[in-house]
Amino acid sequence: MALAAAKPRADMSKQERRNLLVGLLFVSPWILGFLLFAIFPLITSLYYSMTNFDFIRDPQFIGLKNYERLFTNDPDFYTVLYNTFYYIVFAVPLGVAVAFLIANLLNGKVFGRSTFRGLIYVPAIMPAMCTAIVWLFLLNVQYGAINGVLKSMGWATIPFLSSPALAKPSLIIIYIWLQGAAVTIFLAALQDVPRSLYEAAELDGADSWKKFRNITIPICTPVILFNLIMGFITAFQEFTVPWMLTQGGPMKSTELYAVSLYRNGFIQLSMGKASAMAWILFLIIMAFSFVLFRTSARWVYYGGEK
Amino acid sequence: MTAVSQQTSSLQTRQVEQARAEQRKRNTTNALLQTGKYIALLALAFTWAFPLFWTVSSALKDDSQIYTVPPVWIPNPAHWNNFIDGWTRYDFNRAAFNSIFLYSLPVTVFTLISSTLVAYGFSRIKWRWREQLFWVCIATMMLPWQVTMVPLFITYRYLGWINTYLPLVVPSLFGTAYFIFLLRQFFLTIPDELSDAARIDGASEIGILWRVIVPLSTPVLAVVALFRFLWSWNDYLGPLIYLNQEKLYPIALGIERLRRTATGMGTSALAYPHLMAVSTLVAMPIIIIFFVAQRTFVEGISTTGLKG
Repeated sequence: MALAAAKPRADMSKQERRNLLVGLLFVSPWILGFLLFAIFPLITSLYYSMTNFDFIRDPQFIGLKNYERLFTNDPDFYTVLYNTFYYIVFAVPLGVAVAFLIANLLNGKVFGRSTFRGLIYVPAIMPAMCTAIVWLFLLNVQYGAINGVLKSMGWATIPFLSSPALAKPSLIIIYIWLQGAAVTIFLAALQDVPRSLYEAAELDGADSWKKFRNITIPICTPVILFNLIMGFITAFQEFTVPWMLTQGGPMKSTELYAVSLYRNGFIQLSMGKASAMAWILFLIIMAFSFVLFRTSARWVYYGGEK
Repeated sequence: MTAVSQQTSSLQTRQVEQARAEQRKRNTTNALLQTGKYIALLALAFTWAFPLFWTVSSALKDDSQIYTVPPVWIPNPAHWNNFIDGWTRYDFNRAAFNSIFLYSLPVTVFTLISSTLVAYGFSRIKWRWREQLFWVCIATMMLPWQVTMVPLFITYRYLGWINTYLPLVVPSLFGTAYFIFLLRQFFLTIPDELSDAARIDGASEIGILWRVIVPLSTPVLAVVALFRFLWSWNDYLGPLIYLNQEKLYPIALGIERLRRTATGMGTSALAYPHLMAVSTLVAMPIIIIFFVAQRTFVEGISTTGLKG
């Protein structure tokens, strides 16, 4: 393929040239979209990240000042980074683990399987807006269902959303509640595990735990990796639920990266600073995925294909 | 001789007994495991269902039932009129019209057309650099929306597109990487002979796409349509950035507005029941579609994770 691509165009037959033309014609909407909605904004966003821009005056070029200010002179930026990493480090692995466990429980002959699966998937397709409203009331200090029960038993209430220490864990619980898609992906993967492996293990006297540990997990590692990466990417960009639930509060404890970016760009209209933050996020996501991919060689099992 | 055979037979019986005991032990562990499994599943089902139950239950309460400790689980009397009152407390008819006809429907139709064309080019015609370009297309899925959000906003503002649905709808004319990927994976499974036969009959590529590929691909096209509709129906951030005239608000912004006015000082009567009622009404079509098309949904999500 690489060799073919390196050959000069004159080598192409009439048929090949026709195919290239028709192929390009079919994908031309995407090529155009790629240039307009990816490359162009990517480059201009790099430019804006080096300017002062608030829509009132024209952009003023200030070099790397925005980046410098974020790292050295911005009291909130490290808080936002801390919040985001806290959220991601707990929410994503926990989400994948819970989804994997649920999928394993649902795998095989289970009474009411598709009802269970449907129930667990429903939150994932509910509008994020509705999720936020529901949990807002559910976790309410005075009248929420949980605190209502605690109160009626004469116990202390839990300020889920109004205490800085509990607001992030509350968001993580909601994140786990939304893992229906991951459960479905895991279920499909579990169905592809060859029966014969389990049968062979049973002949060798392996118990359920050994089968789970030595067959199920290794075979599912590529899907675990996939769900981890998708989880990291979406969790880094989480906006609607934290924004609707707590607006970043209390005391900035849920000011996640995307929330802060929106606030800086569209409420304070510091487009330059927001662009710089966006680029830092982009680099962080790239680094995260890169590290995951590189270390994955050690723990992901690729069925002996490669 | 007899002593030896007696010994062996007693050894055999002992072995058999041992095996039986092991089998019994395994059966009890199995039974225990099964029970544990169902207990865990019931606990999970309860945890997952509870917030949903709480939504519907709260939607049927009046204020005195909302602020009761311990919580009222099944409100009696149930206030069914909350659904109508909540829906009309804010102009949700208009919001639903905007959501469907200005946003979700056009975006779904455009995405279906553009992504199908692009996926066809990426799968059914062999041309140089096809795979390389396809990988670029996949890589764009990793691009966070925040990076392009600011410059695109500035551009749309310059074009005068703020307070129109154009920034939300126009990009769907150019295909969406995720759906291009899904469709391509499916198109690749259709045998080449079908296209070749049509080519010999003199069909154009568009003709092959329309008459051979599309009729064979209805399940995956349904997945694309369902997911695209869902995304735009649920979208909050896009409208939040581009729309600030209330007559343009889609449902998501309508709910936020209702929340702000209903929970505001002085007007807080029935705020939560109405919000819950509207949330139920907004989530309901999605949940119904899901249960009707559960198989399609599940197939759509599963292919994402496994192939590629």
